[in-house]
Amino acid sequence: MAEKITQKHVDQPAPPVSDDLAAATLLPDGSIPTSLRSGRQGRMVLPTWIQGAGQTYGAAMALLLLLLYNVFFTQYFLTIQTLNINLTQVSTIVIVATGMTMVIATGGIDLSVGALMAVGGAAAPLIFSNPPFGDQTLGNVLAFIVPVLIAGAFGLFNGSLITFFKIQPIIATLVLFIAGRGIAQVVTNGRLQTFSNPTFEFIGLGQLFGIRFQVILMVVVVVIAAWVMRVSTFGRYVLAIGGNEPAARLAGVPVNRVKLIVYGVSGLLAGIAGLIVIAINTSSDANQVGLNMELDAIAAVAVGGTPLTGGRATIVGTLLGALIMQLIRYTLLAHGIPDSIALVVKAAIILVAVYVQRQRQS
Amino acid sequence: MSLEQSNLKDATGQLNDASSNSNGGNSNASPSSTNRARFVSLLQRQGSLLALLVVIAFAGLRYDNFLSAANIGSVLRYNSMFGLIALGMTFVIITGGIDLSVGSVVAFTSVIAAQVSPNGPILGLLIPVLVGSLVGLVNGFIIAKLRILPFITTLATLLAARGLALSFANNKSVSVSQDSGFINIGQGDLAGIPVPAIILFLAFIVGAVVFYYTRFGRHVLAIGGNEEAARLMGLPVDRIKIAVYVISGALAGLAGVILASQYSAGQPTEGLGWELSAIASVVVGGTLLSGGLGSIGGTLVGVLLLGLIINILNFENGRGQTSLSAYWQSVIRGSFLLIVVLIQNRLMRRR
Repeated sequence: MAEKITQKHVDQPAPPVSDDLAAATLLPDGSIPTSLRSGRQGRMVLPTWIQGAGQTYGAAMALLLLLLYNVFFTQYFLTIQTLNINLTQVSTIVIVATGMTMVIATGGIDLSVGALMAVGGAAAPLIFSNPPFGDQTLGNVLAFIVPVLIAGAFGLFNGSLITFFKIQPIIATLVLFIAGRGIAQVVTNGRLQTFSNPTFEFIGLGQLFGIRFQVILMVVVVVIAAWVMRVSTFGRYVLAIGGNEPAARLAGVPVNRVKLIVYGVSGLLAGIAGLIVIAINTSSDANQVGLNMELDAIAAVAVGGTPLTGGRATIVGTLLGALIMQLIRYTLLAHGIPDSIALVVKAAIILVAVYVQRQRQS
Repeated sequence: MSLEQSNLKDATGQLNDASSNSNGGNSNASPSSTNRARFVSLLQRQGSLLALLVVIAFAGLRYDNFLSAANIGSVLRYNSMFGLIALGMTFVIITGGIDLSVGSVVAFTSVIAAQVSPNGPILGLLIPVLVGSLVGLVNGFIIAKLRILPFITTLATLLAARGLALSFANNKSVSVSQDSGFINIGQGDLAGIPVPAIILFLAFIVGAVVFYYTRFGRHVLAIGGNEEAARLMGLPVDRIKIAVYVISGALAGLAGVILASQYSAGQPTEGLGWELSAIASVVVGGTLLSGGLGSIGGTLVGVLLLGLIINILNFENGRGQTSLSAYWQSVIRGSFLLIVVLIQNRLMRRR
């Protein structure tokens, strides 16, 4: 399926390079067909990853402008501390939004991610506070693994509702949006679980080579996901399903399996994000963990240039989208503008970003 | 709780059987699929109504004061806000759209209502409704004219309205004037019936009349069924789409007024996730999320079904045999939504 698409594009005469035409000949994932990569128009040959970001030029430019503005007008912007604050704040959103990007690429949506963060966050302290066989090391190891698997299993539950019962993604994931946080609250009785467990807290507070561990985790997740979406057959399948599901099915794409995996991955990543949040807070509050995360993640995906209709996706774009939203908030706060107004600005940015992308597509 | 749910399952199971029987009869009598489609859609509506009746009968028999005027009044008083936004959401969803902004609009308009409450109940009602309609107008304009997906558009206005609510209220709740008569909107009774319940029923009657008996209602349905076809038929698609978002915003404004009046304060942080509860009620009521098919009465049934869960939970705890925390209500609501959607899905496949 995906190969055929590529073939079709190769057969087209190579157009003169203009932004509009280049956009029109992009592959479904936003990468540029091989025929254009050869640079026979005398165009400078860019590394693949930059070409892949072609769709997200707008987002990259916006981010660059924001950075430049801050360099000149925000005090203490160029400090390691500022960098750290922003990266640590954005990492959970990026991790969740990466899964969301894949879900949206199939033409779906996952409203349950915030609730699944709460589930993962509620499970971990229960495990390391009551380690099996009284073995704290085992307890800590399981506290990293089991909550993520639970969240992943809930993701699979979403996926099976969508694939086997043909329930629309928005409704199917609405079930766990409503019930998931409730489950976390019931399990913890709605109580705040505070803890002190340096080993576990590493995931949110630890450092590797002077970089916060969660930031490294974020980069790893983004790199793997971007690689999967760009290079692997699985990535092609995801885009094919989002582009035209019946056609993908006829072409032999294992639609059900791919969708199950995508929702499962989204759940897994939400679980990881939940662990990070409770580690940072050294406490788990099922009422608060991951609140509104689904909205932040969807906004990051949309601003990053992935259309909500599916069929195209850019993981790097989502990273940029999340960074833009974060930096806007930081900039406004740094200049004394309250969070409430920042929300209004955020709304405007989402609309402008999506509008501009829509213009470019048509 | 599980007993209640199995009761529901039984009820809908019987419905399923009934549908297969008469479907068999139907296919002999007339091969036309529109008849059967109409039958299934009727079944969807009556299915949730039947479930509601079963729940009420079950709870009425099990708990002493469940059917008392005081309890019914308090259930209606509280759920009137959800009912109003779900009504607006029904119109939006029937056109194939979605309105995520309503929860924030409720918060925003409750703040506005609190701030204008010293001017009496009439202005206190009109101005927030106007503000809500304005947000709806912005939604509708962006969706119809700039062609941005409803999901994204209303996601953005969700954030914006929340921001406006917080900044108008200075991040804290705004107290309502106690002596201007404004609080009667949320707390008063008229002929023994809570005022919010009267507002709710009036809104649903008007909504049903508009939907079933006016040209506008037909147009809304037509757009949801097939927007391109509606456009080609010369329907003013853009104007109708804008109108449904204005309706949704106005009703969210009305809900904001009731919220402020009922709690004697404008609440800038209230309404979180209300949009999704409203969507759940609409779906439970038998309206298809893909648009083109819906039921106004069904939405009211859906709201009451989901709203009764917490009430029944309280009564169950009151019996002293169980002590389920309030957190169970979202688990039960979610499971309930799941069951309803699965049943509807089976009904749709028969179609």
